[in-house]
Amino acid sequence: MKQRLTPATIIGFIVILIWCLLPVAWILSLSFKSVAETTSGSPQFLPKSWTIQNYKDILNNGDFTDALRNSFGIAIIATLLSVIFAMFAAYAIARLDFKGKRLVLSLALAIAMFPVVSLISPLFDMWRTFHLFNTWPGLIIPYLTFTLPLAIWTLSAFFREIPWEMEQAAQVDGATSWQAFRKVIVPLAAPGVFTAAILTFFFAWNEYALAISLTSTTRSRTVPAQMSYFVGPDPFNPPYSLLATASVIVTIPVIIIVLLFQRRIVAGLTSGAVKG
Amino acid sequence: MAAIEMKNIVKQYGDGFPAVNDVSIDVEDGEFMILVGPSGCGKSTLLRMIVGLEDITSGDMVIGGKRVNDLAPRDRNLAMVFQNYALYPHLTVYENIAFPLRLAGASNEEVDKKVREASATLELDEHLDRKPGNLSGGQRQRVAMGRAIVRDAQAFLFDEPLSNLDAKLRGQMRTEISRLQRRLGITTVYVTHDQTEAMTLGDRVAVLKRGILQQLATPRELYTNPSNLFVAGFIGSPPMNFLPATVEGNTVKLPFGSVTIPGDMAKKAEGKGLLMAGIRPEHFEDAAVVDSAKKSSGSTFKATVDVVEWLGNEAYAYVPFEAPPEVQEQLLQLERDLDGESLRTQLVISLDGASRIKEGDEADIWVDGSKLHLFDPATGENLTVDASAAGTIPSDTATSDVAEQQDAVATPAEQEGTTGT
Repeated sequence: MKQRLTPATIIGFIVILIWCLLPVAWILSLSFKSVAETTSGSPQFLPKSWTIQNYKDILNNGDFTDALRNSFGIAIIATLLSVIFAMFAAYAIARLDFKGKRLVLSLALAIAMFPVVSLISPLFDMWRTFHLFNTWPGLIIPYLTFTLPLAIWTLSAFFREIPWEMEQAAQVDGATSWQAFRKVIVPLAAPGVFTAAILTFFFAWNEYALAISLTSTTRSRTVPAQMSYFVGPDPFNPPYSLLATASVIVTIPVIIIVLLFQRRIVAGLTSGAVKG
Repeated sequence: MAAIEMKNIVKQYGDGFPAVNDVSIDVEDGEFMILVGPSGCGKSTLLRMIVGLEDITSGDMVIGGKRVNDLAPRDRNLAMVFQNYALYPHLTVYENIAFPLRLAGASNEEVDKKVREASATLELDEHLDRKPGNLSGGQRQRVAMGRAIVRDAQAFLFDEPLSNLDAKLRGQMRTEISRLQRRLGITTVYVTHDQTEAMTLGDRVAVLKRGILQQLATPRELYTNPSNLFVAGFIGSPPMNFLPATVEGNTVKLPFGSVTIPGDMAKKAEGKGLLMAGIRPEHFEDAAVVDSAKKSSGSTFKATVDVVEWLGNEAYAYVPFEAPPEVQEQLLQLERDLDGESLRTQLVISLDGASRIKEGDEADIWVDGSKLHLFDPATGENLTVDASAAGTIPSDTATSDVAEQQDAVATPAEQEGTTGT
């Protein structure tokens, strides 16, 4: 039974929508205002004169495009590696009985609970010694560490849901263990894989503390860190419209990814595997 | 296609649970073999050992003349239909059926040809582009069978394939499986707990209890010559009646009266004291509808009928009786072994549809003494078995030792539930 929308529900929805989307709308509106207008001191919600100059400026800004490239590269590599490692680990945890299984799981959880900030200074020293400071791997490795636990937990929950028979049927049909994993288990766990991938990507994409501390140049600095350098000539008057434009641009990939993967994260994909 | 030989197969789980104990079964090329027994009897474990999903503790599994104990499932070239079908939900029906062929690296034309053949056989043509999730139970069942027949497997293995279907569909699919097997002439091993499936489908039936083979024979042999109480009680519906009996000369004394039996049968049971007589419901009849020529070959007694269930072509009459404690104990144990739960000792009599016996009547009941079996209540052994027409009866079918070991580890039901994980 579908519940009917009462006026109260609709009003509730509208309130929540305004609460969530007003800041986004404000940033969008800022990004279309000229620098002069944002510093004039009497702002209004909609731009007096619409301009796309900010977008031209920011995309012609070499530092920003470098940072964008770094962000994409680091986030995508971290996501891929994290999901692949997590898949293997989660599969083992879900399917095999080995000593220390609980230890692995609780350790993973403990790592996820560790505050990022407390690791920054030791990492800074270590990365300088290992020549990982200000490199892509220098960010990818800590991102992996922090996203793997969540990915493992998510995926092992999904793997546990897949009936054993699927795999046994594949083996009887002539598949090796690896083929059974690749052709049956992974496709069935696809919603879980995408969920884990999105969570990992968002973490890496938005991360700031490590990005600002473990990088020194645009060679590996990501967008969130780079944005803190957009101060303009006058430190008391930062270029708000440029910052807002950068924010809009970094938000676009996130929205695209959510829209793309939303369809894939359809729970109940396994329905029909076994008797209904 | 190939014969499957199981030689002294033993399966003991890590926790010491003896699931299968020294079972030897030879399945001939092209034969339809049924493994049947109540839950926890090790039939599914045995099947999974044939296909390679379960390790064999000891014994030899020989398929097509080759010992396969150490081969992985994929190297045994067997096709299996799982109880819950185990279809791949992310693939279409077409790709589900094609899956084994694709793994074997068949060309697209070959895959297409074979899949179309299989789908035509199983009447799945219009469903090829659908996903298993959108199919009915019977259609899923057919897809699972399609995946099995599409490859040239050495044998088919079925693990309770019909238990998830409703009664009507089950009957239809049973015929369908039988027809398919006859047509393809492929060696088949079929696991079920349902004695009707066992009787109707099998060329031969292996009855298992507590992981021990009780009897390996054709359905007819099992029905007419059960090796022991367990087989006698398991095969046949409604089940065989068991009554306390003592033999004196050529007459058997039953709670209702005396029945004359042939002399050679009486000789086998001479001097054994209290026995158990087994008589199938249809070997009784309302004395009023038995013609006189036949009547003289049996005995007649009077009994008060408690309940009558009239089904049109026949009717079942129920007659309660009192049994001495040792027989009662044996009957209760038998009920437990058969997964049953009977509340009282009663006689079930199958009457002709024309019979006019009503509930509460004291009726004249005729019984065919020559069809009676006599069992030793201590061992359960059938004393009157005709060994020449009883298939294979292993020399030692006693389950009490194994039962003790099994119960020490877990209840059979629990064990059955954990074998797959």
